[in-house]
Amino acid sequence: MNFHISKRADVKWQVSWGVRAAAIVIALLICAVMTTIITGDNPIEVYKAMIVGAFGSARKSWVTLQNVAVLLLISLALTPAFKMKFWNIGGEGQVLIGGLAAAACMITLEGKLPSAAIMILMVITSVAAGAFWGFVPAICKAKWNTNETLSTLMMNYIATQLVAYYVVVWEVPKGSGKIGIINQNSHAGWLPELFGSKYILSILIAVIATVAMYIYLKSSKQGYEISVVGESENTAKYVGIKVPKVIVRTMLISGAICGLAGLLLVGSINHTITTTISNGQGFTAVMVSWLAKFNPITMVFTSLLIVFMNRGASEISTAFGLNQSFADIMTGIILFFIIGCEFFINYKVTVAKKNKVKEEA
Amino acid sequence: MQQTAAVQFKNITKTFGSVTANRDVTMSVEKGEILSLLGENGSGKTTLMNMLSGIYYPDGGEIYINGEKANIASPKDAFTYGIGMVHQHFKLIDVLTAAENIVLGLKGKLNTKEAAEKIKEICDKYGFDVDPNQKIYNMSVSQKQTVEIVKVLYRGADILILDEPTAVLTPQETEKLFAVLRNMKNDGKSIVIITHKLHEVEAISDRVAILRKGEYVGSLITSESNAQEMTDMMVGHAVTLNIERPDVVNSKPRLKIENLSVVDAEGINKLTDINFTVNSGEILGIAGISGCGQKELLEAIAGLQPTQSGTVVFIEDNGDEENLIGKDPLEIAKLGVTLSFVPEDRLGMGLVGSMDLTDNMMLRSFRSGKSIFADRKSPKKLAEEVVDELEVVTPSVDTEVRKLSGGNVQKVLVGREISNKPKVLMTAYAVRGLDINSSYAIYDLINKQKKEGAAVIFVGEDLDVLLALSDRILVLCEGKVSGIVDGRTAEKNQVGLLMTKVGGEQ
Repeated sequence: MNFHISKRADVKWQVSWGVRAAAIVIALLICAVMTTIITGDNPIEVYKAMIVGAFGSARKSWVTLQNVAVLLLISLALTPAFKMKFWNIGGEGQVLIGGLAAAACMITLEGKLPSAAIMILMVITSVAAGAFWGFVPAICKAKWNTNETLSTLMMNYIATQLVAYYVVVWEVPKGSGKIGIINQNSHAGWLPELFGSKYILSILIAVIATVAMYIYLKSSKQGYEISVVGESENTAKYVGIKVPKVIVRTMLISGAICGLAGLLLVGSINHTITTTISNGQGFTAVMVSWLAKFNPITMVFTSLLIVFMNRGASEISTAFGLNQSFADIMTGIILFFIIGCEFFINYKVTVAKKNKVKEEA
Repeated sequence: MQQTAAVQFKNITKTFGSVTANRDVTMSVEKGEILSLLGENGSGKTTLMNMLSGIYYPDGGEIYINGEKANIASPKDAFTYGIGMVHQHFKLIDVLTAAENIVLGLKGKLNTKEAAEKIKEICDKYGFDVDPNQKIYNMSVSQKQTVEIVKVLYRGADILILDEPTAVLTPQETEKLFAVLRNMKNDGKSIVIITHKLHEVEAISDRVAILRKGEYVGSLITSESNAQEMTDMMVGHAVTLNIERPDVVNSKPRLKIENLSVVDAEGINKLTDINFTVNSGEILGIAGISGCGQKELLEAIAGLQPTQSGTVVFIEDNGDEENLIGKDPLEIAKLGVTLSFVPEDRLGMGLVGSMDLTDNMMLRSFRSGKSIFADRKSPKKLAEEVVDELEVVTPSVDTEVRKLSGGNVQKVLVGREISNKPKVLMTAYAVRGLDINSSYAIYDLINKQKKEGAAVIFVGEDLDVLLALSDRILVLCEGKVSGIVDGRTAEKNQVGLLMTKVGGEQ
C-alpha cells in the first residue's frame, strides 16, 4: 500500500465542514471508547453530564457564556498581532496588568471619588496598562528586531510578580495573602449590571469587540496594512508602509483589548485580583485564535468549544468522581482531531497499490 | 516500443484541482542524449519532470526506466532509479560545506575525507571545479549550481534533469556548464534541460521535446531544425521575433543620478559613484551580470535602499527639481512623483502572494480617501481592467495571486504599476521566467509607456532583448558604470565585454 498526498486546489466549504464534522464525530467516538476502557462509565452518560455542566441550568449557561466572552475577548486581542506575524504570547500579562490597574483604582480611590469617576479611571488605566504591556515588546521589535516571543513571555512574569507584590500590599485581612472581594460594602468601581444581570456586560463587550475586530481587519486601511506586513515586510516597505509604526500600533491595540479583558475580570466578574485571575486564558486564546484561522466570527465557535469542554470537564470530574485530568485527556483528543483534520481539508490522500498503477483517464 | 529508452513516459496525466498540468504525455528520453524540454510558461515541463524525480505522483499513466515499469513515489525512489534533478532554486544548506551538502541524507557513517575523494573523482571525470571544503555561503551562484549537479552525480544518477540551469549564469559560466554536460553525455548519461532560451537549446541539445498546454506536441532533431520551427511548435502559431522600437520623441531629462554610492550592511560597496541621466520617452536598458548592483540601483531610486552619497533628482515637466534621496516610497509618491517599480522578486516584494488580485491592486492606492476604511471598489475595477486588457488567465479577480502562473503574476504586477501613468517606470527582469507570448506582451506594455512619455529603466538579462528594445544601454560591472552605449548601433559582444570590465577599464 502506498499513500499519495496531493493538495486540494479549491476547497469547497461543504468539503471542509464535512471533514470537520467527521473529525468531531470520530473524536467523540474515540473519547467514548477511552471512557469505557479507563473508567468503565457509560460514555453517553458522561457526555450528557458535560452538557449539563455547561448548560444544565440558566446560571450555568450564563457562566458559560460569560467565560466564552472573556476568552473570546482575549483571543480577539491577540488576533491582529498574529495576523501581522507578531507572536504575542503575552496575553496573560496584558490581561493581568489591566486587571491590576482596575483593582488599584478600586482600592485606592474608594471613598475619595464617586463610583462613576472611579469606573471611568478604571477603564482608562486598565486599557492604558494593557497597551503599555503590548508597547514594550513592540517597540523593541520595531527598533532592534528583538524576538517578540521571548519579550512578550517575559512581560507575563513581570505582570504576575507585580500582581503578587500588590496582593501582599493590599491584602485583607493582613497576613491572609489575599485581597478578597474589593469594596464589598460600597461596591465602588463595580462595573454596572446591565439588564439586572451581572453577566451581560462582558458578553455585550465581547459581541461588540467581535464585530468591530472583524470589520477592522477586513475593511479598514489599518487592517489591510496589518495583512501586508504579516505576509511580506518587503512588500510593505515597497509601497511605503512604515513597518515599525504598524507593529507598534497593532500591539497597542492588542494590549489594550487584553487590558479591557482584565478590567472585566476584576471590575465586573470577580471583584478581586489574584495572580491566577486570567487562569491561563492568555495562552488558551492563542489556540482559539489559530483554530479560527484569525477569523473573529469563527472565534466565537472555537472559544465556545474550549469553554464548553472546560465546563463539562469540571462537571464530570465531580459527577463521576473522576479527576480533572480525565477531562483534560478528552479535551486533548478532541483538539487533536480538530487541528489534525485541517490537513485533510487541504490535502487529499489517495491509496495506490504498488506495482499496480491506477488506470484512469 | 522503445525498450532501450532511458525514460519512457506513457500517457502521463497530472491535474491540480481543475487545472490539468499534463495530459496524456507520451515521450521518451534516450540513453546518452541531451534533450531540451521546451514549452511556454505553464506548459507542464516542470510538472512532468517533478513526476520523474518523485516530487509529484502521476494521476494516470506509467513511467518506464530502462524499459522497466517504475513506481516513483518519492525523490528517494527516483535516486534508486538513477534519476536526479537540479532545481531552479537550489536546495543547499548555507552553513555547511560542499562535501557536507553532497553527502547529506545519505545512509552510513559520515566520512568527509572519503566523500571529498569521491567528489574529486567526479569533478575530474567531468571537468567540474568544486572545493569540497568551501562553505556554501561563500560560493557564487554558479558554484552552488555545480555543487547541486555533483550532489546528484554522487548519488549515482544516470538521468539528470536541470530546471532552467542557465537563468542565473553569465554567458561564460553557461559555456562551462555546457562543456560539462557534453562530457556527461559522452559518458552515457541522459540529460534533460528545461529552458526558455532558444539559442541555448540549439547550442547544447541533441533533440528538443516540446510541450504545449500540458500536452506533448512532438520532438525535433536539433541539428535539423531552427528557432523559428521550435517557436512555432511551442506556441502553436508563428510569433515574430522582432521587438518593436519606436523612435524617441520629445525627449528631455527626467531623472538625473549623480555620484550615487551604496554600501551594504556588510560594508561592501554595491554601487560606486554612479552618474547617468534618464530621459522621458526613452528606454534605458541596464545590462550586467547578476550582482553587479542593478538591484541596489533601482531600489535606491525607489527609496528602498539607504545610500551612502549622491543624489537622485527627479525633473518635472516644468523644470522643477526634486531630490528623492532620503525619502521613502510614500514620501516620493506624496511629492507627486509617479515612479513605478516592477521589482525582481514579484511575490516577495511587488505583490502579496496570499492576497487576491483586487487586494494586490490596492497596495499602491489603499491610502486614498479620508475614510478609515479602504476603498475596494476601484481596485476591483482596476483588477478587472488589467485582467481584461493584459489577458491575465485567472479564474476571477478573487483568486490568490500565488495560484497564478509566472507570466500572469507579472502581468498583474506590471498592470498595476503602469495604471497610474508613471513618469518613471523601472522594471527588473520583467520577462524572467515568462514564455514568449507573455514576454512580448510585456515589451509592448513597456513600449506603450515609452510612447506616452515615461522614462523607462529596463534591467534585463537577455542581451538580444536589451539590444532590440533599449534606446540606450547602461552597462554595470561590480557597482560601477562601465559604459553607456546606443541601443541601435551597439554590438552584442561590445556590451558583453563591458559587462566584465570594471569601470570600463581594460
